[in-house]
Amino acid sequence: MPPATRVMVNPVACSGHGVCAELLPELISLDEWGYPLVDDAPVPPALDGQARRAVRDCPALALLLTGVRDRR
Amino acid sequence: MTVDRLTGQHPTGQHPTRPHPARPHPARQRPSGQRSARPARPPAPAGLPRLIPAGVGPDASLGAHLARLGPLAYPPSAGALIGVAEAAGLTGRGGAAFPVHRKLSAVIQSGRPPVVVGNGAEGEPASSKDGSLLWLAPHLVLDGLQLVASAAGATRTVLYVHRDAALIAYLSQALAHRFAAGTDRAPVELIEAPHRFLAGEESALVNVINGETARPQFKRPPVYERGVGGRPTLVQNVETLAHLALIARFGADWFRAAGTPAEPGSMLCTVHRADGGSHVVEAGLGAPVRSLLRLGGGGGGRVQAVLCGGYHGAWLDPEHAARLSLDNASLRPAGSFAGAGVLAELPASRCGLAETARVARYLALESAGQCGPCFNGLPHIAGALAELAGLRPGGQVLADVRRWAGLAQGRGACHHPDGFVRFVRSAFTVFEAEIGRHARGQCSATDRRPFLPVPATAASEADWS
Amino acid sequence: MNGIISGTALWFASRATGVVALVLLTLVLVLGIAVNRHGLLPGLPRFAVTSLHRAVSLLAVAFVAVHVTTALADPFVSIGIAASVIPFASHYQPFWLGLGAVSIDLMIALTITSLLRARIGRRTWRAVHWLGYASWPVAFAHGIGSGPDLRRGGLLDLAIGCAIAVAGAVAWRVIGTRREIPLAQRAAQVMATWPGGGPGRRRDGPAALRNLRDDQFRDGDLRPKAGAR
Repeated sequence: MPPATRVMVNPVACSGHGVCAELLPELISLDEWGYPLVDDAPVPPALDGQARRAVRDCPALALLLTGVRDRR
Repeated sequence: MTVDRLTGQHPTGQHPTRPHPARPHPARQRPSGQRSARPARPPAPAGLPRLIPAGVGPDASLGAHLARLGPLAYPPSAGALIGVAEAAGLTGRGGAAFPVHRKLSAVIQSGRPPVVVGNGAEGEPASSKDGSLLWLAPHLVLDGLQLVASAAGATRTVLYVHRDAALIAYLSQALAHRFAAGTDRAPVELIEAPHRFLAGEESALVNVINGETARPQFKRPPVYERGVGGRPTLVQNVETLAHLALIARFGADWFRAAGTPAEPGSMLCTVHRADGGSHVVEAGLGAPVRSLLRLGGGGGGRVQAVLCGGYHGAWLDPEHAARLSLDNASLRPAGSFAGAGVLAELPASRCGLAETARVARYLALESAGQCGPCFNGLPHIAGALAELAGLRPGGQVLADVRRWAGLAQGRGACHHPDGFVRFVRSAFTVFEAEIGRHARGQCSATDRRPFLPVPATAASEADWS
Repeated sequence: MNGIISGTALWFASRATGVVALVLLTLVLVLGIAVNRHGLLPGLPRFAVTSLHRAVSLLAVAFVAVHVTTALADPFVSIGIAASVIPFASHYQPFWLGLGAVSIDLMIALTITSLLRARIGRRTWRAVHWLGYASWPVAFAHGIGSGPDLRRGGLLDLAIGCAIAVAGAVAWRVIGTRREIPLAQRAAQVMATWPGGGPGRRRDGPAALRNLRDDQFRDGDLRPKAGAR
């Protein structure tokens, strides 16, 4: 079993753009100040692509994936 | 278990300030001159205190230190030091209680020469144990620092303390005496930190040593992998180092003669008495809280609440506190923790909500301003507490605070929001009746003076360097 | 005859793609500033701004590539390949083409670092990305000086329009940065504006607390003065 992939925020880098919440609404929502509330459950395989896109498109490079599975 | 009291100078005047650490008699600080034939090692300290010699105005010189404890015993290898630390069950005394042998192993296993830092910047205004230790037993701390630096093969060895010209001069002198006597293997750098609550946080410390501001960092990778200058960095509280210096001399079994089997050894506590005074005392872990606090028996009258664990700790009912002991096994289930050993008993004459509001405001303004949930959540909660303390009706405010606390917790780069939320939530439990009174426009307090020490907050960016 | 016509075709292609590239680069810069300022395009979700910035920049790179290739292939003037990346190395109009080469060098740095963003880390990427502010004026100067196209008629209006757009976007960026609250004051600023606006919020009690000085707060009595309600 490959290790679970999880989404994590670097709260120092995050400035509350909110792009992640639009790209991965199943796992990320925004609090009343515009900062991401991240579900730290393992990312379902179906959302893997979306999660990677959210990580890539964060303007502050504040979103990261932990326990990344290799894609072959 | 005996408990020895070390009287701190209590500041006069209206504001309670950080309790001044006790200082040694100035005339007795002098270098160790003579080198006689090596005597047999003096016996291990029996009972308590262990870290700071008993008596008023103790001699803190190198000569007296060596006479009391004998020379520093470097273990034959890093593995030996790790082994004795593990056998002794020594955990960090900076608040997190992390096992010392595991941190030391992790840093050595990284394979690259690490940086070793003794952390004397306690940050917490209500704590003065590290300051006291540095003034009264500097050589014990410096011994511990040498042990760790030597075992880890450190490329840099640092002692990190809050900015204090007198302390820096004093420690420089102590280091010079050691250099002259040839006790040290590693040169020690003294580095100053600004007087910020977070300055002693592990990654904030690394940041300062790297020449940046005293702000915590996102800890991926962790500090023991990449810290000062990108090197693995070992950070240990100065009290932890002092205990290690004794363990290296007298062994794990001796260390375990105090404390409990699960949480062995002794720890320094800063006690704020209901009469307004404070002192630093060394107690065995597992000592009953009753043995450290009078809980109404002394001057100051009836006690309405006990703060246990400092400003990131928790308020407790005095009856509940009286049944607890000074160890995490007893305190964690009660919602508190041993932490850095700060205990305060709040007299019934004061307003618990006002005290909480003052501290909360201080903690909120000590936010590093980096993480949205913290620099938004904490000021919102602090503002709500001020409103509650000010005899305004509660209502919506209570629900707001609960929501904000949930949003702040666990979403910062460091544990500042978590500790803040723990502190505030405990106030809502313990001062529930007072909240009800304030909602009706009444307050039970008869003494409006502030009780807990709250320093002035940072005004600008310059205060963070 | 054929050779001259194909040469002219290549020359036209180079000029045309150059103009389009300049417009695209203008758009990239404006979109980039919009991302930085948390700005929104009307009717579009926030991720559209970042996605467009990325897509348009890649499109701009493509147009610049065609612009350079056609210019090199054109037999009428001799511009070596080296001159397209080494500034001021061409024999034909060395200064103005040189600026073009500088612009390309900057674009290469920006493109590579942006594609490898996740690998090189935030700080390195940000440091290089600042060069974006330099690459537009250099490209603009290259466009104005290399030929008469942008100095006449409709294309002159276009060039002025691009310059105005960039000036406006940069002003937006600078004003935004000036208004940014330093880290050391962020918590204090939130506290000063608590409980915030909104209808129904009483202004007296909380305002009295808001305006307390640090030492007044520490000194003790937090109850509002009689009559302050």
